[in-house]
Amino acid sequence: MSLMGEMGQKAFNLGIPISVHLDVTYRCNERCVHCYLDHDDHGEMTTAEIKDVLDQLAEAGVFFLIFSGGEVFMRRDFFELVEHARRLLFNVKIKTNAVMIHEEEARRIRALGVDTIQISVYSHRPEVHDAITKLPHSFERSMKAIRFLRDQGLKVTIANVLMTANLSDHYQLQKLAAEMGVHYTVDPTITPMMDGDTSVLALRIPGEELTEVFHNPALVANMEEFCAPPKAPTEDDLEGYSCSAAHSFCYISPYGDVFPCVQFPLPSGNLRQQKFLDIWNLSPQLNEVRSIQNKHLTVCSSCSHVNSCTRCPGLAYVEGSMRGPSTADCEKSYYRTGVPTANMLRQGVEKPVGRPLVQIQPLAASL
Amino acid sequence: MSETYVARSSAIAARKLAGEMMVMNSMDSTFFTLNEVATAIWQAADGRTPLREIVRKNVCEEFDVDPEQAQTDAEQFVAELSTHGILLVADHPLASEAP
Repeated sequence: MSLMGEMGQKAFNLGIPISVHLDVTYRCNERCVHCYLDHDDHGEMTTAEIKDVLDQLAEAGVFFLIFSGGEVFMRRDFFELVEHARRLLFNVKIKTNAVMIHEEEARRIRALGVDTIQISVYSHRPEVHDAITKLPHSFERSMKAIRFLRDQGLKVTIANVLMTANLSDHYQLQKLAAEMGVHYTVDPTITPMMDGDTSVLALRIPGEELTEVFHNPALVANMEEFCAPPKAPTEDDLEGYSCSAAHSFCYISPYGDVFPCVQFPLPSGNLRQQKFLDIWNLSPQLNEVRSIQNKHLTVCSSCSHVNSCTRCPGLAYVEGSMRGPSTADCEKSYYRTGVPTANMLRQGVEKPVGRPLVQIQPLAASL
Repeated sequence: MSETYVARSSAIAARKLAGEMMVMNSMDSTFFTLNEVATAIWQAADGRTPLREIVRKNVCEEFDVDPEQAQTDAEQFVAELSTHGILLVADHPLASEAP
């Protein structure tokens, strides 16, 4: 295990939030067809409030800080927030569409010692990308920004969301990323909108297509190992946990709501009412999430994939139970290895079938 | 005798985790953990205080170590971290690079 992996495990074991994802706004200048956010401002935290939250996160031991949104640069104070975060010595990663980043902004990001910039790009073809973002010339602007950032020596990652609208383009986009000397990552997860509208799920690619993605050697480091049938779980595996949500990671919304993860819409406290460490240590919701070991999972504890599955407890939660299966991950395990999951066998189906999902809501709406 | 001055680079991130200081350079993603003595030196590296003074005040007075050995170890440690861009080293005071 790498030294960084060891420290991550140490944080996990000690229950220290080593990593936090903070959305500073849900506003955006793009209107991506697959986005689950409403893009309105329902009372974002002020500059002073976010700075106070950052102070608290540093005090709590947070090292890795992800700034995301919405589009982070929609906040006029964004650089002020990054500056404050860097003064507190966080390792900062920014997720952005980059259309508002020019040469000057790229220089400033470099000077601030930001670690990584992740930029959403959906195709190598401007017309496809712009049709997804619904912002004319967004491809051209994002590409220009990627070059400015790369030329500053920053680590840049192109992040693609695979959906029906761009499925045939991802090889070419991956090639473009390589030509530009930047990293490339791809994710096929599409979730319902915040208002519960599920029409966006029609953009999900058919599960069968995942087989091709998982068997792409350019995307998977060790394909043979990655696609191998799962090994029988040991007793130690059943003592383990699904992921780091609520153990060493959490998500904070622009309104100060704290959740176990950005994909786990279980409201666990609000930073306008409580201190971060009080929420982290005392929230019944976070404590419930961290109490669930693999052996407690209703279906997955008997699944041969339990140790190698990417089971997301947040997606399981939006499917109905945080202890239940996450069908999207059953799909991935099945199409990765060809071995049916316990969830599929239980349902007697030949391919995974999911239940409707419910999306993240602000804390106030759930009270 | 010429003095050595050390300052923390503006490209680093750092946080203490259960007594160990994690340090990471955003330029090349090098990741270190520092022990207590190294942490004391790193924290005192303000670019204005000579290394000899840091070792005397922050190492010898705080930890039970031989001054000569401490100075040698500190010079070695500082040289290593400077090769990874985590500390800046010069024979004259350095301006702070803090973001």
